[in-house]
Amino acid sequence: MSAKSVVMDGNTAAAHIAYRVNDVCAIFPITPSSTMAELTDTWSAQGVKNIWGQIPVIQQMQSEGGAAGALHGALQSGALTTTFTASQGLLLMLPNMYKIAGELTPCVFHVAARAIATQALSIFGDHSDVMSARMVGFAMLAATSVQEAHDLALVAQVATLESRLPVIFFFDGFRTSHEESKISLIPDEQIRSAIDDEQVRAHRARSLTPERPVIRGTAHNPDTFFQARESANPFYARMPDIVQGAMDRVGALTGRPYKLFRYSGHAEADRVVVVIGSAFEVLDETVAWLNSHDERVGVLHVALYRPWDAARFLAVLPSTVKRIAVLDRTKEVGAVGEPLYLDVVTTFAEAFAAGRVPAMPIIVGGRYGLSSKDFDPAMAKAVFDELKQSRPKHGFTVGITDDVTHTSLTVDASFDLEAQDVVRALFFGLGADGTVGANKNSTIILAADPDRYAQGYFVYDSKKSGSYTISHLRFGPRPIRAPYLLKSANFVGVHKFDFLYKLDALSAAAPGAIVLINSPYPADTVWDELPNEVQQQIIDKKLSVHVIDASSVASGLGLGSRVNTILQTCFFALSGVMPRDQAIEAIKRATERTYARKGKAIVQKNFAAIDSALANLHTVPVPAAVTSRRVRLRLVPDTAPAFVRDVTATILSLQGDTLPVSALPVDGTYPTGTARYEKRNIADQVPVWESDLCIQCGQCAIVCPHSVIRSKYYDESRLAGAPPAFKAVPINARGYPDSRFTLQVYVEDCTGCGVCVENCPAHSPDDASVKAINMKDRLQHLDAGRESIAFFETLPWADRTRVNFANVRGVQFLEPLFEFSGACAGCGETPYLKLLSQLFGDRLQIANATGCSSIYGANLPTTPWAANSEGRGPAWANSLFEDNAEFGLGYRLAIDSQLGQARALAEKLAARVGSDLVAAILGAPQLSESDFRVQRERIVALKTALAGATDADAKNLLLLADFLLRRSVWIVGGDGWAYDIDYGGLDHVLATGKDVNVLVLDTEVYSNTGGQASKATPLGASAKFAATGKTSPRKDLAMMAIAYGNVYVAQIAMGANNEQALVAMREAEAYRGTSIILAYSQCIAHGTDLRHGMKQAARAVASGYWPLFRFDPTMRARGMNPFRLDSPRPRIRLEEYRYNEVRFKSLVQTHPDSARRMLEQAQRALEERYRLYEDLASRDGSRFQPHWEDSSS
Amino acid sequence: MKLATRYLGLELAHPIVASASPLTSTLDGMRRLEDAGASAVVMASLFEEQIRAEDTAYALLTEHGSNSQAEASSYFPELSDYNAGVSGHLETVRRASEALDIPVIASLNGTTAEGWLEHARNLEQAGASAIELNVYSVPIDPAVSGAEVERRTLEIVRHVRASVQIPISVKLAPYFTSLPHLAADLVRAGAGGLVLFNRFYAPDIDLKTLQMTRSLPLSTKAELPLSLVWIGLLSRRVACSLAASRGVETEVEVVKYLLAGADVVMTTSALLRRGPEHLGVMRDGLVRWLAENRFESVDAIRGLKDASRVADADAFLRANYVAALTDYVPGKLVQ
Repeated sequence: MSAKSVVMDGNTAAAHIAYRVNDVCAIFPITPSSTMAELTDTWSAQGVKNIWGQIPVIQQMQSEGGAAGALHGALQSGALTTTFTASQGLLLMLPNMYKIAGELTPCVFHVAARAIATQALSIFGDHSDVMSARMVGFAMLAATSVQEAHDLALVAQVATLESRLPVIFFFDGFRTSHEESKISLIPDEQIRSAIDDEQVRAHRARSLTPERPVIRGTAHNPDTFFQARESANPFYARMPDIVQGAMDRVGALTGRPYKLFRYSGHAEADRVVVVIGSAFEVLDETVAWLNSHDERVGVLHVALYRPWDAARFLAVLPSTVKRIAVLDRTKEVGAVGEPLYLDVVTTFAEAFAAGRVPAMPIIVGGRYGLSSKDFDPAMAKAVFDELKQSRPKHGFTVGITDDVTHTSLTVDASFDLEAQDVVRALFFGLGADGTVGANKNSTIILAADPDRYAQGYFVYDSKKSGSYTISHLRFGPRPIRAPYLLKSANFVGVHKFDFLYKLDALSAAAPGAIVLINSPYPADTVWDELPNEVQQQIIDKKLSVHVIDASSVASGLGLGSRVNTILQTCFFALSGVMPRDQAIEAIKRATERTYARKGKAIVQKNFAAIDSALANLHTVPVPAAVTSRRVRLRLVPDTAPAFVRDVTATILSLQGDTLPVSALPVDGTYPTGTARYEKRNIADQVPVWESDLCIQCGQCAIVCPHSVIRSKYYDESRLAGAPPAFKAVPINARGYPDSRFTLQVYVEDCTGCGVCVENCPAHSPDDASVKAINMKDRLQHLDAGRESIAFFETLPWADRTRVNFANVRGVQFLEPLFEFSGACAGCGETPYLKLLSQLFGDRLQIANATGCSSIYGANLPTTPWAANSEGRGPAWANSLFEDNAEFGLGYRLAIDSQLGQARALAEKLAARVGSDLVAAILGAPQLSESDFRVQRERIVALKTALAGATDADAKNLLLLADFLLRRSVWIVGGDGWAYDIDYGGLDHVLATGKDVNVLVLDTEVYSNTGGQASKATPLGASAKFAATGKTSPRKDLAMMAIAYGNVYVAQIAMGANNEQALVAMREAEAYRGTSIILAYSQCIAHGTDLRHGMKQAARAVASGYWPLFRFDPTMRARGMNPFRLDSPRPRIRLEEYRYNEVRFKSLVQTHPDSARRMLEQAQRALEERYRLYEDLASRDGSRFQPHWEDSSS
Repeated sequence: MKLATRYLGLELAHPIVASASPLTSTLDGMRRLEDAGASAVVMASLFEEQIRAEDTAYALLTEHGSNSQAEASSYFPELSDYNAGVSGHLETVRRASEALDIPVIASLNGTTAEGWLEHARNLEQAGASAIELNVYSVPIDPAVSGAEVERRTLEIVRHVRASVQIPISVKLAPYFTSLPHLAADLVRAGAGGLVLFNRFYAPDIDLKTLQMTRSLPLSTKAELPLSLVWIGLLSRRVACSLAASRGVETEVEVVKYLLAGADVVMTTSALLRRGPEHLGVMRDGLVRWLAENRFESVDAIRGLKDASRVADADAFLRANYVAALTDYVPGKLVQ
């Protein structure tokens, strides 16, 4: 069979091989490698077979550590086994990797190399992870491109089988793992013939079997361990030859030869750069250009990094080399240089000392590309230029401006190597408009021509709602070897008109480029709607501008915001990359391929969209002069803090790459509350308050996921100076005749989810469809909204000591200190966090597991956790995904320790500060808001009394005094964290009885990484890694916690019973032991319209699937039943809840029998579980497990 | 007692058929009906409009959030065997056709020409014994004439007839100006049977909320006369099978419809109210009535009282109309 050309990304290219040459895949999702694991699971579900005719077994594990353990066991038992990972995931595998290598066990770990969290987390690509694994004893093989991710995955497998050495096969996360590229696919027959079955049999023969029993994993004493450790040396010595042999073997089959060290450039080069990964392609292009301009340079790619073959390395370098720059995509703090640099220097030093090279070249090391920082030809040229310096800089950086330690090289940003016969297209889209999907299709369409090559790379916003996407596409007559972002595009698509006001979308437009704008304004009037700066760019660069109102066309066809196929058609028509008719046919074929599995209706709608595109496409007449008086929006107000104006705004304008080192904090400490300065204006419709219909119940405010609905009451006199549009009505509570009530909608921060409207219980007596809050056009309410908000913010928040914390109506008056996050519109998690911030925000300290809540909670540029007017608010930190429970427990240990010190000091200094004051402080009950207010005043008095003191005790107490106010510690994370990766840690924390509160935002899947099943995923739900429906029920974590007897446990669901959720959170916080709350959180991964998410949560409760309850050990201590069931018996059948969600409904289509069976099982299970809960609720208090409180009372 | 009945060319054990309802939407439900003694089942309708809506919702919900985030290119597993909406229904048809010994008649409600044809073909391939075309639409466009409505209905029947081999019947609304004319045309277009009549969702207004409400109340035997009259009028006048529907609560209504000329009698509401087992009760009641009245077969009573026995059907109707008026005594109804 001949090789087939296909477009795919690096993850798919590698997984394609990995799946075919393994029996078992042990998997766990982690960006950017998740796709590989997902694909293997999908293929397995589809029955795709490996080269031996078997369907590989795919096993999801609870963590990467678990995956490595399962893999180790599978290898020991004779299966060809692999895994896929990155970053922290690889780190969790390290202990097993030492074992696997030590036991000479062949396997390949496929790694999409990614940064490791240090001063901040980054999901993006560099080599920090693989370089942290270079000592484990695995061979390390690197790919530079998508094609190599495919080819070398096979080389790795061939080599590991022959050598018995395990291999880390890696490629650059995102840049290669996510780049769409046209590659030649190795036919299964060739894969089959590359693998030597004798070696497979040899592997199986070494496995554990009672038929030939052996023992492995023995423990050694000082007498033997060392020698045994050295015994495998010959295997490492042979490995380079074996890998080269595998390269030759695969090369002979595919026609694509590889070398352990690939040199490219001048045969008599005087300067060479050594590098690993995709940067080689950039350097290679640059080398060709420099050599064509009379320079003598070269680049050397290290494919096999471990074991390091010094002889081959030296052999491929021209003997003329005088200067070498070694580029590392990692940072090894405190070392002489980064890892690759050290290897190169050592190689030369040894060779020079041994006389194998005549002279020692000048060798410098530098860092580039951390966290997917773009590495382009201008930067490559800067490195070669640096080598020309008399004393080239060692330890340099390239791609940033280091104004602190001055490591950075100067880069000529105008240097560009784009070939003129390559079409370069840049698209600014919205996440929701389908631009990226269409562009992926475009690369496939264009690459279908055997003489055309395509590349697609996609950059995403870090927000989960209203997010932008930037697509970088190249199409050309030669294979595209340009793994860097477009700096010069000859086509620019602006798929949302607002972008022209927010971003410098045309800065990368090349002179004469074509610009396509999705514009609500027609061609003859749009010019005047453009900002001044954009008009200037259009005139200066002689851009050709075209508009189409794609949003209206899509909306009219029932496609919602999905303008993708319409604009894709326009792109093909305008760019001329293909004849129009041919292009339209191809787009339709691609559309059908994309959507056929989702029904004809959507295909037909897209066909209609494609057919109507060109009739609506118009060219804009461009005047000779700028006429607009509009200017681009200021991204943050002048009133914002300096950091926000200088740093945050720069990032918001997509100019973050220009920020120098000095602009950024040295230790990852950032100011909170920056989201309020970013007015995103992403909603088309926003809620508008009907004050005369409102019953002031607070139900809209409590469910708002983005804290854009706020309530205040205030004295009528404060209304003086209110703008005309400002709405105020008498508060409908007795005893406040002069008070007025205002419900303010923050129109610019709203995501338009509509959850508030659906949750509003009040409606017009004349028309039930008119509620007390209704969605209306944002633009029509924008100006009035801004004025009203400005006035609203001058009004005081309610005195917390006068607010009734016991009900939703009261809580609406508490200031939210979690606001305007980047979470999805309609997110089910964020209302809980907002409530947390309202209830305890000014004494709240949060440990947040990695996941959705850490991304919408703390991803730059702007973050939602905020401080109140007194400057107090939640202190927040994220440690890891796998340690959050322990991390939060650490807070409590430190707080208790310092509280103890503070109490001791206060007692010691009582005479100085007043014994009554100290007694009051130490005896404060600290239960109610009034208690906290008084305690704060006492602490101020204490500090005042100690002010200016110079003795150690006083200074220490001044510092520690704040611990005398009861700190509220919350450990927050999703179900992937709590049920899976940190379950052991969580269990331990629950067992400590320490005063921490755990909030599990339970979406029942790994939401952040794309909806993979967790142990919270319910029976019968289809999720990634459980495509045919999860066959086991969700873990009853609540009952497991209840089993301890002294843990406060609650299960809550906003939308079903907001009051119960509120009570549970307050009880948990008040409880002086460990608490855990499981919070039902609807999610886009459920496949339901989140506008109705709260109603769906109510159905979850009504069906009995998610019973509401509280287990309060303090009740037990008082002899009462601690278990209170807060929701009534199931009132609806489970299917009435489930079949509103794609995760359940899809299974009815794909596996109707098992769907029905699992539904019945789930129905029976929930009925039985409900009976159990009813039984618990009806016991008397003596029938619960006694615990320490009983014995101490 | 001979209960054997022929309907749409299908040989049935007796004339009582379970018509489309939630009971016939699942294999289990249909099994229960067969066990209860149904001679055939009409499966719950395949609604093209609903499938299109479900497909669109599925596509949009599974696309939501896709290709928007660096960490997640999608939020759902790729389901290559998700054949969107219709496949589950077809699977049920297939399984029911294999599992049941009685005929499984599919019911189809289309909205587009392609939908009618494609789904009819799919239902045939899935193993349906026949297809009942549920031509349900409320013409609200003033530009569409009655003739146009009839033309479209006939066109659907002609096209479906041309694309499938199995028998087809047409379930009609009662609101046609000249039903006998249309009936004859439908037979010429290829309908093997007519089902009289369809029932409609009943809109209402909730006076508390002033919102429109919608329901489909179960039928009662008060609905019998309309179908009874038309079965009686069309019996032996159109060359096709006749199925009577609406108001069949007990064997009494079954007998009446048979007397009026129905080949089969379809029932749903009574089964929903009383459970599938009620079908057997009705069949036993039919046997008992036949025995008590000394008929040896259902064929013996079929059409015994149809309008063809009256020389002038119009006069028959008019006479009934006049009789109804003259029999009316004020106050009688309120007793």
